[in-house]
Amino acid sequence: MLVNFASVLIFILFSVLFVGFNFLLSRFIQPRNPTPLKVSTYECGEISEGDSWIQFNIRFYVIALAFLIFDVEIVFLFPWAVVFKNLGIFSFIEMMVFVFMLLVGLAYVWAKGDLEWDKPKDVPAKEMF
Amino acid sequence: MPVSNIYVTIFQTFPDKIPDTIFTILLMLAGAVGITVLAALLALIGVYLERKISAHMQDRLGPMHVGWHGVIQTLADALKLLLKEDIVPAAADKKLHLLAPFIVFSATIAAFVVLPFSETLVLSNLNVGIFYVVAISSFVVIGIILAGWASNNKWSLLGGMRSAAQIVSFEIPASLSILVVIMAVGSLNLGDIVQFQNGGILHWLIWKSFPFNLIAFIIFFTASLAELNRAPFDLPEAESEIIAGFHTEYSGMKWAIFFLAEYANMFLVAVIASTLFLGGWSSPFGNFMNYGIFSIFWLFVKSFSLIFIQMWLRWTLPRVRVDQLMYTSWKVLTPFAFLCMIGVGLYMIF
Repeated sequence: MLVNFASVLIFILFSVLFVGFNFLLSRFIQPRNPTPLKVSTYECGEISEGDSWIQFNIRFYVIALAFLIFDVEIVFLFPWAVVFKNLGIFSFIEMMVFVFMLLVGLAYVWAKGDLEWDKPKDVPAKEMF
Repeated sequence: MPVSNIYVTIFQTFPDKIPDTIFTILLMLAGAVGITVLAALLALIGVYLERKISAHMQDRLGPMHVGWHGVIQTLADALKLLLKEDIVPAAADKKLHLLAPFIVFSATIAAFVVLPFSETLVLSNLNVGIFYVVAISSFVVIGIILAGWASNNKWSLLGGMRSAAQIVSFEIPASLSILVVIMAVGSLNLGDIVQFQNGGILHWLIWKSFPFNLIAFIIFFTASLAELNRAPFDLPEAESEIIAGFHTEYSGMKWAIFFLAEYANMFLVAVIASTLFLGGWSSPFGNFMNYGIFSIFWLFVKSFSLIFIQMWLRWTLPRVRVDQLMYTSWKVLTPFAFLCMIGVGLYMIF
């Protein structure tokens, strides 16, 4: 089995080399005339002001957190699903208790309004992203 | 040391002149080259198909001049992109800007390694096949965030963040719908999953535990469309709203790699969906036209039908707003996916 993963490693290394080769090839045959206008940040013709590396909205973090919790749950569900055929109703009920606890979590996040993308109306405009 | 059936047969036909390890590595390398070339070719065919299908759906003809009915058009475009200047914005983080296409392409194409094209034609017969696919395609998010961040452009950053939030939100229903397949088969190995469905159209996993597997297939298909950032979920790439999202500041070959990765990913999703739910390389007629050269034929028929449906959806449905997107994932797809899993569990016990 471990040897099959060697195949995966060689494949990933090869794909990295493939992309690198394409970039290298392109580097040799492309024109290179960077003028100040060409390398300025693109904003549909406007002149951009300030860095773009500003603080971003908190709702991305909330979505990522919710995803993390459910992803870890799915990681626990995978081995159970593999052996599920051979186990009886007891394992099913056990796992459903676990899933139910996390579904309560989903219901809580839903009811609290953390899954909403639009913030409620009394938030000042400058906090909208 | 033989590693799987195809390697065994090749080992037995060649005399022992080179040491075993070197031979294995060379064989793996040859397989890697083959699959990468295949993936790139399929991406090119996908782009051509997209242009032709969208054209005919819009009552026009699409590319017609380059080659017979425009078949060489994509190749010409790829060569053109090779010749384009690689403009890196002065304000961008150059190393990260260069790294992002590598991550996106490698992560997408590394999932091709476990796809079974026939009973013996699989580059790496991993025992954690489908789990590996789910895991490695999650790496694409890192590449997208990197691309958005490194460009130092407000629109790229916003597009990258939104794209990452979208992909990550739809990852949950997609993985849950894969679980119902694994529950029925009892193995993560893609070869085993296809063997389970061998024997005709009535054995396909999409009809098991009716209607839960059918709902799971629809959930998987929809969630994968959102993960590809295409069809009605292409807000991160919307031209009219956010310029080009996370790949605004990419030109020439770097942009071509993003594009190639997207179409390769589209093909990957189609093959995975047909392997998990529609029987993979097995024939729908039972033993008639099964095995051998027919396996590749059936796999491609099923995959290209799904690709046609993906393109059909893209050119028919309007774009979904970002809050509707999040609503769809968390409040519709995830609860239904959990329902399917519980339903299939009950079905299998009683």
